[in-house]
Amino acid sequence: MSGLFGYLDGVAALGPGFDNWAMLAAQLTGEQPWQDAPTRLTAPPGLPPAERRRVGKPVRLALALGFEAVAMAGADAAELATVFTASGGDGDNLHALCTTLAEPARLVSPTRFTNSVHNAPAGYWGIAAGATAPSNVLSAYDASFSMGLIEALGQVQGEARRVLLIAYDSPYPGPLAALRPLPEPCGVALLLSPERGPASRARLAVVGGETAAEGSTGIAALDALARSAPSLRALPLLAALARGEGGRYGLEMPLGGLLVVELQPCV
Amino acid sequence: MYPLHLTAFTATSALGAGLAPTLAALEANRSGLAPCAFETVDLPAYVGEVAGLDDVTLPAALADYDCRNNRLALLALQQDGFADAVRGAVMRYGAERVGVFLGTSTSGILETELAYRRLDESGAFIAPPSYRGSHTPQAVADVVARSLGLGGPAFVVLTACSSGAKVFASAARLIGAGMIDAAVVGGVDSLCLTTLYGFNSLELVSPEPCRPYDVARCGISIGEAGAFALLERPAQDLPGDAVLLAGVGEASDAYHMSSPPPDGHGAFAAMQAALQRAGLMPSQVDYLNLHGTATPSNDAAEGQAVMQLFGRSVPASSTKGATGHTLGAAGALETVIAALALQHGLIPGSPGSRELDPALDLDYVFVPRHQALGVVMSNSFGFGGSNASVVLRRADARMDA
Repeated sequence: MSGLFGYLDGVAALGPGFDNWAMLAAQLTGEQPWQDAPTRLTAPPGLPPAERRRVGKPVRLALALGFEAVAMAGADAAELATVFTASGGDGDNLHALCTTLAEPARLVSPTRFTNSVHNAPAGYWGIAAGATAPSNVLSAYDASFSMGLIEALGQVQGEARRVLLIAYDSPYPGPLAALRPLPEPCGVALLLSPERGPASRARLAVVGGETAAEGSTGIAALDALARSAPSLRALPLLAALARGEGGRYGLEMPLGGLLVVELQPCV
Repeated sequence: MYPLHLTAFTATSALGAGLAPTLAALEANRSGLAPCAFETVDLPAYVGEVAGLDDVTLPAALADYDCRNNRLALLALQQDGFADAVRGAVMRYGAERVGVFLGTSTSGILETELAYRRLDESGAFIAPPSYRGSHTPQAVADVVARSLGLGGPAFVVLTACSSGAKVFASAARLIGAGMIDAAVVGGVDSLCLTTLYGFNSLELVSPEPCRPYDVARCGISIGEAGAFALLERPAQDLPGDAVLLAGVGEASDAYHMSSPPPDGHGAFAAMQAALQRAGLMPSQVDYLNLHGTATPSNDAAEGQAVMQLFGRSVPASSTKGATGHTLGAAGALETVIAALALQHGLIPGSPGSRELDPALDLDYVFVPRHQALGVVMSNSFGFGGSNASVVLRRADARMDA
């Protein structure tokens, strides 16, 4: 057994065909049909105007997800530790930088370089939320969601504080798109707390020494979407949350096998 | 959660492959920096390049992972019996109970940079890089796990230049929660065009070997390194010179993407949190390995935080004049240097630095000193305002203030 558990106080979603958790939840329960559509990214609040214009898709995505989960939980964004997890970085910036570096003059834009770091969303989150709490940023290829979840739960337990987990994916333009096909920008956020509170919707726990299937949303198109982006591996788990059901779900691990996560609704 | 025992550790950098050449260079206050002759880079810069990476070959089963960064990782793993120590941990606990958590910033991006030079008329790669083997940042954790036969959780931390320090905290939490029994932590980052031309575009690259904390400092010298530690719960009876991870502190600046706040409040918070986790007072720290990148603003901000927390009470130096700034590996490399300092009673100097910035009133160590050390701290701060401090202590260190 492991001592990795936490209470889910807030949840957020943004991606193709869903602008927020309420929309995705209605699609996961079958109340509304899911239809593929370009992700609607907005300019992130809380940043100076020049940066609002300049930041790339991952920053817009991650900040929108974070603020939605914080609002649902009625939390103070400034006090939350954060964990950002993504299978890749800012594809648009990367493509522009690699294109420039392949040219004779190699005139790299300093803004592009600064914004190319994987922790750009974490840095801008800190500025926008005024959050000086610890922030971690990680990546684990197709297992980025499960690894982000154990890092977040590790902080919930080890640091005894509320942690905002933001998982996202953003596609590549240019030649990398063929090597790593990804859908439109998408992601989910979970606000996890060490103790059950009035906002708690469910208890999430990592179960050691057990097995469980990956599970299904029950909707073929959403299962396919879950398979297409590492951050959306969470969809079967979130479908149970949307339906108010409990269960055990297997999340892809980096070196084979599944991380078994148990969801128990708080009623 | 703490303390944990560093049952094995190793480092490979411009100072050499493994601990023996690293220690010898630190004792001699020697720098591994040299004029940049990397790839086709044409910049007035010095770099800390690891010798011999072109000659490293990966096992056939890991051929898809072949790239400079993964060669550096496997070269570093082979030093000081580190890989054997990890295999011992796998025997004791089982492969699924050993995790791997590595800091990097650019992982195998060099291969992608080179592939972009050869695109066809449609813009597709003529010789595509391996996405899973080199492009994705996880490639380095994957190749390390596979070469060591690990089966536990595995991820890379990408908080820029604090990455290699923050992995120590992630590992400690998962050991503390009982998810794993041991962890391979470290950092691997290698030279590439993105960082050399990128930092140059920000006018942060020094045309001479970098001079941390010097009044005339004018930027970083980029280096590359692979450094690893094996973390386990401490046994009952440890030798006196066993190195323990006493605590890690983390904090964010919430200030600016690429500049620290002038008062260094994030650095201060990280150092204070690390001491709190370790149950230690500032006066108990015997040596501080500074982040000390040698940019004017970074050293000034860190210096303010150190002055506020320690005054002149702690001998401090940056070893980046010896190794260069190894970015995502720096936290791991400098934690290993701090461990060496503890075991050998050595306070490293600061090759390249000559005259302390008079605005920074510190006990800055220019040439190595020999004295018994019980507790040391290593600072690592990065772009995006990410700060981490690691505290190590000897098993025989006095814990009463």
